[in-house]
Amino acid sequence: MSESRDVKVLGVWASPFVMRARIALNLKQVSYDFLQETSFLTEKSELLLKSNPIHKKVPVLIHNEKPICESLVIVEYIDDVWTSAPSIFPCHPHDRAIARFWAAYIDEKWFPSMKGISTAQGKGAKKAAIDQVIEGLVLLEEAFVKSSKGKPFFGGEQIGYLDIALGCFLAWLRVSEKMHGVKLLDQAKTPGLVKWAERFCEDPAVKGVMPETDKLLEFAKILFAKMRANLPK
Amino acid sequence: MADEVKLFGVWGSPFSRRVEIALKLKGVNYEFFEEDLSNKSALLLKYNPIYKKVPTLVHNGKAIAESQIILEYIDETWKNSPILPKDPYERAQARFWARFIDEKLMPTLWKVFWGCEDHDKVKEEAKEHLETLENELKDKKFFGGETVGLVDIVGNFIAYWVPRIQEASGLVLLTEEKYPKLYQWSHEFENHGDVKVKLPPNDKLLAYIKSRLEGVSTSK
Repeated sequence: MSESRDVKVLGVWASPFVMRARIALNLKQVSYDFLQETSFLTEKSELLLKSNPIHKKVPVLIHNEKPICESLVIVEYIDDVWTSAPSIFPCHPHDRAIARFWAAYIDEKWFPSMKGISTAQGKGAKKAAIDQVIEGLVLLEEAFVKSSKGKPFFGGEQIGYLDIALGCFLAWLRVSEKMHGVKLLDQAKTPGLVKWAERFCEDPAVKGVMPETDKLLEFAKILFAKMRANLPK
Repeated sequence: MADEVKLFGVWGSPFSRRVEIALKLKGVNYEFFEEDLSNKSALLLKYNPIYKKVPTLVHNGKAIAESQIILEYIDETWKNSPILPKDPYERAQARFWARFIDEKLMPTLWKVFWGCEDHDKVKEEAKEHLETLENELKDKKFFGGETVGLVDIVGNFIAYWVPRIQEASGLVLLTEEKYPKLYQWSHEFENHGDVKVKLPPNDKLLAYIKSRLEGVSTSK
């Protein structure tokens, strides 16, 4: 197919945002070159700086030499371009708005609260940060129940936009659980999401791109050590 | 079935006005509910329980929150006078710039005008972001091309509020000299027939901004 002739994703294996772009392309069965930023923590490649001069961040999708930036914008673009494959977005405008609403909530509120666990100083702050993440997951559980209407995913029978927006964080969620000895996704409070998480990770579109928890845990330890070293004293 | 469209908003909020502008461009009739943000209505809390904010749009009983999400909903529901381009790449660009305005430009401008730590550094950042947007405008009349589009509507704060905050505070960043394209664009936008009638009255907004700025300076 001519549209798939030149599709590249600039990214890093550990980034949940990069995963979004890759999952979306996989869902559409579009082959692409995954160009990894190898020195991402220290130095960004020329291609990245040229393709995303404003934010200098991954992911960048380069389609027929044109760059598209910002993970959720990329996912929408993929859905807009490859229309013959199953739709990532729901059909009805209101359902689309709900999906966008929760994706924005995940990026603006929930993910920052996840990061908050690692930066919290002291037991009290850590517990408060963990509680906040769980509260967010409880809201997302309700959203899941409403959105899925008894089906396996937020998107229904198949993975959709909101599945991608949240599911990309599952490996990091497990890393957080291991690092801090807590259960964030919990059978008691978020039973729907617990089962959904298993289904999401098993999906062929996700399996190849979701990092293994142990590998990510090792990476996280190095990353946090570097971040702590860089904190102002 | 007749469409029932309700909008919960406040007269002075750029976010609220974005939705009004889009509905006007599309010729959609709606009922406006002016909220008192210090005493939010039961309806607003019912329709937007997560954030409890304006604007919140309610269409045939179904609520939509967050201004950019509302704009996309409006464009998908009322297909006349589109505010997003048809071409997928152009749509992605529009969404990118709309996010840039809300996530980068507006927060820095806000900090500059209302006061913040590292004021000089934030001011430089704001100038850089304005420059970036200036360069994106190129020779177009609007960010949307010949017609007002998503990025223009999301940029309403820059076109209409910023000049008035500058007048009230004496702190001037956006000038014709430094950003001639943005300056020209802001006049085109402000004077567009459908936009004009959906912007807050000049004097009322100016007075409001002045009172807010006085509140900030006296509390220091």
